[in-house]
Amino acid sequence: MRVVIPGIAGLLARKVATRLLADGHEVIGIDARGWPGAPPDIELHAVDIRKRGAEDVFRKRRPQAVVHMATVTALVVSSEERYRINLGGTRAVFEYCAAHGVEQMIFVGRHTYYGAGPDAPLYHTESEPPQELGAYPELADLVAADLYAANALWRLPKLSTAVLRLCYTLGPTGHGTLASFLRGRFVPMVLGFDPLFQFMHEDDVAAAIALALSKQLRGVYNVSGPQPLPLSVIAAEAGRRTLPLPEPLLALLVGRAGLPQLSRGALAHIKYPIVVDSSAFRTATGFAHRFDELTTVQTFADAFPAGGRARQLPLS
Amino acid sequence: MDDIAARVDRLELDFDARGLDPFGVSKWHLTIALRALAFLYRNYFGVRCFGIEHVPPRGRAMLVGNHSGGIALDAAMVIASCFLEMEPPRLAQGMAEKFINRFPFASVWASRCGQLPGLPEHAQRLLENDRLLLVFPEGARGTAKLWKERWSLVDFGSGFLRHALRAGAPIVPFAFIGGGDAIPTIANLYRIGQLIGVPYLPITPWIVPLPRPAKLSIHYGEPLRFEGSGSEDDDVVRQKVEEVKARIAALIEQGRSAAQ
Repeated sequence: MRVVIPGIAGLLARKVATRLLADGHEVIGIDARGWPGAPPDIELHAVDIRKRGAEDVFRKRRPQAVVHMATVTALVVSSEERYRINLGGTRAVFEYCAAHGVEQMIFVGRHTYYGAGPDAPLYHTESEPPQELGAYPELADLVAADLYAANALWRLPKLSTAVLRLCYTLGPTGHGTLASFLRGRFVPMVLGFDPLFQFMHEDDVAAAIALALSKQLRGVYNVSGPQPLPLSVIAAEAGRRTLPLPEPLLALLVGRAGLPQLSRGALAHIKYPIVVDSSAFRTATGFAHRFDELTTVQTFADAFPAGGRARQLPLS
Repeated sequence: MDDIAARVDRLELDFDARGLDPFGVSKWHLTIALRALAFLYRNYFGVRCFGIEHVPPRGRAMLVGNHSGGIALDAAMVIASCFLEMEPPRLAQGMAEKFINRFPFASVWASRCGQLPGLPEHAQRLLENDRLLLVFPEGARGTAKLWKERWSLVDFGSGFLRHALRAGAPIVPFAFIGGGDAIPTIANLYRIGQLIGVPYLPITPWIVPLPRPAKLSIHYGEPLRFEGSGSEDDDVVRQKVEEVKARIAALIEQGRSAAQ
């Protein structure tokens, strides 16, 4: 199958691309950032997904499928820019799909869609609406992109669309929200709170996306791996020390003194869990994760031993 | 390893290698919390427990009873009774008041001990996971009962019965006796409670709602099984709710006369 991957330069997207190539697909990447050292069999186009050059790829190469991974989470990207990429980019990709006869679209979204709060249940199902958006407006563009992608199910009936709400990823590339949170020697926590974090190994993520493609999945699905763990346990397993601070103090200190950057609304994400039920995805695709929760943390800890510096935290 | 840790080990939950289950229930937290509860249960109150054989040893079930005492002492002692008196021990999982999750430490300890916020999604999912659910259909209005009202039952919600029907779970009724004497509430301060984020603050003759070592007893009744899908009309469900309520009222009478 000929597959276009917008956002291919992202670390997770590279994994997916490599995996699809190994599965025998023809892979075309679109990303303004470029991918130095990419496998020679992957055709790369260094253009912005919203520009004509990107549509030309669809027009000339006529892909059968698209795996859309061009959404950003980093809070360092200004909100206007993020909005343009996440919502504007998603819209453009769907328009190219409709105009150029793409048969299958996989939108790679995030489980943070559901939001974190004291009244949120464990194990969200796909039918639940997003919550706590008011408390964390930085998430709005990702939620909007998710809903926009999902409405393609009725708007573009010829396009088989799958919206995947992926839990956090963790692994040797150190990519993702949870990984950046665990990078430093200390993991900041809100004193008196220790939420469950749900994460899966990045190779399992790539496998899940490849499986969704081969099963021509259609619909909205949560994707997760092993059972969630409390943040304190993840930190301990990764050889980190936790730094529990009272919430008002933590809100003042984030982004300073070597602590990761964190917006006010993001604090809810280290107070309350976001855990999804992925049984529908497992039933539809037969997906089974290979890495359990403790092995997954270990692969990250081996690649990033304690003592590295904390980075900006793109929590979403 | 002490007796409590050994019992925690024998709980039939899906613990992983670090002693955590998929809901975040933790062996480590359970052991500490249940040591405290076991002391209260055995030594401080000397709780007497009747009819524990009515609680199914495994599989989904719902314990449904009366609230007694200004704070959730009743829930704590029912959890202790299922843990200490059953073979193998079982973890009763209450539907915690939602305000608990907003407080530091309380939030962690409640959820690590399996006492999740009382949301319909949690009730349904725990039952589907063949857990033992603990429900007080009187809700916070039940714990707010004053000393003079201690033998009464306030209105029951009907949500619990719909969950039981939907999951096909038997209802084990129970009466909790003596909570009103352990924590005799003379007044509830609602406004001050709301200021600190709780529904109300119970006041006892000794001001704080700390329990005195009153005689407590728990009386479990035979399981009630109802047929239905859970989407019946409200009056149909109400009828079954009243049946449960009447059964609990009878158990309370039985427990009162046994206590005297």
